[in-house]
Amino acid sequence: MEQVIANGLYLGAQYALIALGLTLIFALMNVLNFAHGQMYVLGGFVTYAIYGQLGLPFPVALAAASITLGVVGALIEKFLFRPVVRRSEREESTMLLAAAVAFFLDAVILLAFGEKQRGVPKIVSGVFVSDGLIMPYDRMVVGIVALAMIAAFVLYMQYSKPGRAMRALAQDRVAAQLMGVKVDRYSMIGFALGALLAGAVGGLLVTITGVNSGIGGPISIKAFLMVMIGGAGVVGGAIAGGFILGMMESVGLTVLREYGDITYLVIFALLMVFLSIRPNGLMGKPWG
Amino acid sequence: MINRRTALKSLALGAASTLAIVGALSSAHAENKTLKIGFVGVTSGPAAAWGTSNVRSMQVRADWINEKGGVKIGDDTYNIELVTFDDQKDPKRAIAGMEKMAQEGIHYVVGPNVDDGAAAVRPVAESKGIIYFPYAFPKALYTPPASNAVLGMVANYQSAPAIYKYLKENKGVKKIAFVAANESDPLSQRDGGVEAAKALGLEIVAQNDTYPNDTRDFTPVMTPIVQQKPDLLVLSGVAPANAPLLIRAARELGYEGLISAETAQDATVLQEGAGELANGFISVGGASTPEIRSAEMDEFIDRYTKKYGEYNDESNTKVYALDYIVETLKANPAAIDNVEEYKKTMDTFSAPNPFVKEGTLKYVGQTSFTQKRQISVPMVVTEFKDGKFETLFVGEVD
Repeated sequence: MEQVIANGLYLGAQYALIALGLTLIFALMNVLNFAHGQMYVLGGFVTYAIYGQLGLPFPVALAAASITLGVVGALIEKFLFRPVVRRSEREESTMLLAAAVAFFLDAVILLAFGEKQRGVPKIVSGVFVSDGLIMPYDRMVVGIVALAMIAAFVLYMQYSKPGRAMRALAQDRVAAQLMGVKVDRYSMIGFALGALLAGAVGGLLVTITGVNSGIGGPISIKAFLMVMIGGAGVVGGAIAGGFILGMMESVGLTVLREYGDITYLVIFALLMVFLSIRPNGLMGKPWG
Repeated sequence: MINRRTALKSLALGAASTLAIVGALSSAHAENKTLKIGFVGVTSGPAAAWGTSNVRSMQVRADWINEKGGVKIGDDTYNIELVTFDDQKDPKRAIAGMEKMAQEGIHYVVGPNVDDGAAAVRPVAESKGIIYFPYAFPKALYTPPASNAVLGMVANYQSAPAIYKYLKENKGVKKIAFVAANESDPLSQRDGGVEAAKALGLEIVAQNDTYPNDTRDFTPVMTPIVQQKPDLLVLSGVAPANAPLLIRAARELGYEGLISAETAQDATVLQEGAGELANGFISVGGASTPEIRSAEMDEFIDRYTKKYGEYNDESNTKVYALDYIVETLKANPAAIDNVEEYKKTMDTFSAPNPFVKEGTLKYVGQTSFTQKRQISVPMVVTEFKDGKFETLFVGEVD
């Protein structure tokens, strides 16, 4: 049982980190970023190229993946989403744009990095073994780094000036604008931060799960699932959603294994029931 | 000293020579007809590697044939042109792809890569006169009354009994566990593997464990299976992208038994994704190992690597389909636009296998399908060791 719980916590930490960027962008701009998974994949491939191919230190590769995706996110917001949000009278336009960006990134990544699954050398070797628990050290490191990044993100949003501005934007865009918050600037910072998080988690997890050009879509779907559980646009909700999904997966795959692959069937069925009772997810509207 | 007249003469002579050479080349090129060969399969998404290795193998081989002046079929010489269609692993798109091939007048198509796609295109292929070469295992596709599909590789129900028997006799395997993606191909392969294991008297300790194909972290999936302590863990129908992740998860959880798969894998992917943890992994390839492959296969690998930057070991099997089509058409030129003629030729067809040191291209499948609806590919069972595949044993399908 210790193994199942440890698996769930580890999965939860990485899922929470994946969901954070998605929920941040949704909170700030009301945009469902369908390209979030592709941004994760791009971060993974940047890390693969720098750490796996060029042999530079892993922290350098992780920083490069984060910065690259931050810049990509800022450019996408400035040149694609901002004009569409400004001119469009329909919210669906941003969803269509996000889907187009996802397809575009999918194609670019496939052309640039090929169709093969890629992996990098382990960042830490060895496995922790006790009576009831086996956990490779690299997973423990990744789990701790993920938790540290989540904590840093929460503190940044809570106490920094840009963080406060972004929270204000998420609560009431018009009121924040009237209070002098520069909407364009902080929307771009928020989108860049969301993309940066996707790149960082992609770079972090490439050391465990590798990366291939086709996984962007499934990653996005899983991230949506976590965000819906926790409450779209709520940072705490994304974290809670990530841990809940991770634990449900881990427990379900052990307890329900004799019945075949029904774990996700059960998770989706429970989600439908849950959303019919709490349509806004666990934590309701953005930042309360 | 060169005067103006000499210079003009030289220029005119040079221009005339150039025109003559260009004219000769273009007329020689124009003499060649075009033989269109189709591909319908998956070249995008999580399973992109399967179809991409098909398309790239075909393209490298077609370029090579064209570079040598084309292929002579009957009285005509043909350059090969590939027409490809990405079905995105969606049966509906596979049907659209096969319709497109029919509209283009194509009679020979490689693909689809998966069971449901291969089943979906059958009515189109049969009604439009197309022979197709799926990488899918359902026997109904190849058994009468079906007659237009030709299996492009060794099926797991053909390789699994041989592998399990070898491991039982040589490695002392008694307990076996299966894990498969929750999709039609891997599940049907798992069921075939379970039957083969039962027939050999092996104890099956796990057979219901499955995972979504887009799983990234397999530790929760592997935890309960490893606890059953099987001697052999079979990754049924595993995609090359998932194999290293499953192996790594099992090994890191302390699993020390054997791991095998009946699908082709890629050495680089295994090495990058699992490193030394993948040592000892058993899988099935085509002309995959240096011990059996010919100089022509080595050249194919060189050409592939030069064109695409990196070789894909799945192409050891995928390289065969185009050669079978071309060689069969050479054997019976009337089949160029008549698949019934092609079918007649399949029963007696035989040609040297260019990709192995000793071997023959021939159609097989009589035992499995009661008719010859499978291309003969060497069943090379390999063991992964330090980044390379080593031959464990070589088998043949009847």
